[in-house]
Amino acid sequence: MKKVYVNEDWCLGCHLCEFYCAAANSGAPNMIKAFKSGKTPVPRIQVEEGSGVNFAVQCRHCDGKACVKACISGAISIVDGVVVCDENRCVGCGTCVLSCPFGCIVFDEANHRIQKCDLCVKNHDGEPACVQGCPNRAIVFEER
Amino acid sequence: MNYVIIGNSAAAVGTIAGIREIDSSGKITVISDEKYHTYSRPLISYWLEGRISDKNIYYRDPDFYEKNGVETILGKKAVKIDTANKSVVLEDGLAVPYDKLMIATGSKPFVPPMNGLDKTHYHTFMSYDSVKAIRSELKSGMKVLIIGAGLIGLKAAEALAAHNVQITVVDMADRVLPAVLDTRAAGKMQKHLENQGLRFILGTSADEFTEHSARLKNGVKVDFDMLIVAVGVRPNTELVADAGGTVERGIITDVTQKTSLDDIYAAGDCTVSHDISSDSDKILALLPNAYLQGEVAGKNMAGRETKYVNAIPMNAGGILGLHIISAGSYDGEEYVEETENTYKKLVIRDNKLVGYILMGNVRRAGIYTGIIKEGLDLSEVDMDLLKEKPQMMMFGKKRREEKLGGIVR
Repeated sequence: MKKVYVNEDWCLGCHLCEFYCAAANSGAPNMIKAFKSGKTPVPRIQVEEGSGVNFAVQCRHCDGKACVKACISGAISIVDGVVVCDENRCVGCGTCVLSCPFGCIVFDEANHRIQKCDLCVKNHDGEPACVQGCPNRAIVFEER
Repeated sequence: MNYVIIGNSAAAVGTIAGIREIDSSGKITVISDEKYHTYSRPLISYWLEGRISDKNIYYRDPDFYEKNGVETILGKKAVKIDTANKSVVLEDGLAVPYDKLMIATGSKPFVPPMNGLDKTHYHTFMSYDSVKAIRSELKSGMKVLIIGAGLIGLKAAEALAAHNVQITVVDMADRVLPAVLDTRAAGKMQKHLENQGLRFILGTSADEFTEHSARLKNGVKVDFDMLIVAVGVRPNTELVADAGGTVERGIITDVTQKTSLDDIYAAGDCTVSHDISSDSDKILALLPNAYLQGEVAGKNMAGRETKYVNAIPMNAGGILGLHIISAGSYDGEEYVEETENTYKKLVIRDNKLVGYILMGNVRRAGIYTGIIKEGLDLSEVDMDLLKEKPQMMMFGKKRREEKLGGIVR
């Protein structure tokens, strides 16, 4: 299955992936509307910055599936190999945040729920928004 | 193969998932004394609060049983395991035969003997029916007394706070969430809840109940219109004990989740787990633990040997907007950081992270949980970064690449 991978040697730490991710999953038609609608959309990818090294982290859609097994509401499930969260069922308890060993699940405080990368399956662009938007091609979408 | 599961919550659903990963055709029967489709017990407080509907309290989709080829016997209590004939006897006398049996009977509310309680109308906070009963009697302006300031008591308080009632919480312990938080963090949580109108009377217990009031051992009298007893839970172990299986504080299993009885497995709140963070046996009444135990049991029941070996206590949840995530053991060297609204405690023993408490800022806590479960030697991580916040940066490049999926070539 194709997943998102990050080459930390090429990551500039520019955080553009976070903006593309947040906008793509906001439901707004473009970046400006996504960020100017009054609510700041939540990115599902997070850039870590260090001394001389940066990289983005997002759901690994991993084999362990700790979040799926820990979810108290049944909101997180696996659809065609992709770990997805049903926003209508999530209560934002954070048991998945407690369980994810990669720290890839983010709180959406305003809406009392969590958000996580679903590989942009709902965004119909073929390639996830973070991958498309990365100016240095440090983020790739591929089979490994 | 004929699988029978007694219980219909997280451990049962985990068992079904485990079995179906290996065996797509064996017969599975779920027996429960509750009449409902599998629902999430921790969601009852969200239901009472009014944040979720009847539709969303269910733990799995309506077609879950059908999709997984599960037959259900709901609203009937299993009263006996007949090990000689390998069958489960129901309250109406019907015998349900099994080849492999799962005991996922969970726990029941613990109501300690208290003077006058037998003549007082009270609620517990454990099941869908218990919150339905509370909801039907709830009226705006009521005085509610909750006995127990643990997770169950405080989740009940949070739910009721949405209904414009006056809430008093009493606990014998000197702090809130005594099993989850240390004194400092508990103090912050208590202050947060008091600021939102909850009243706490701690370090004392009820001496005597009359119809609408409780007299506490410290002499204080608390009037109430509704009483909720949320002191704790006790495992449902009777079926296994009566059948001659080994039961201590809970049902004893091996690492494959098998009980001491042939072909009988157990998972969830009714069992004793081995906590690797404190190297001790205890009941870990937590939904994720129940699911994981059930899944391991299911695989073993279906013939694939699998072990469950990395259980730890862990909790996540907010009470009235203040998030807490905690895991592991608090016995060891402490690193503490505190601000007005946040608290962080990391506990290190034998150069391993064995426990933590995060409050206020709980982002990415699972990275800490993962390190505890892995038993990672901390010489492998950058300690300053570990202490700063949960982050993948703390691992060396090689380990990080292993975790995140390798280098782009």
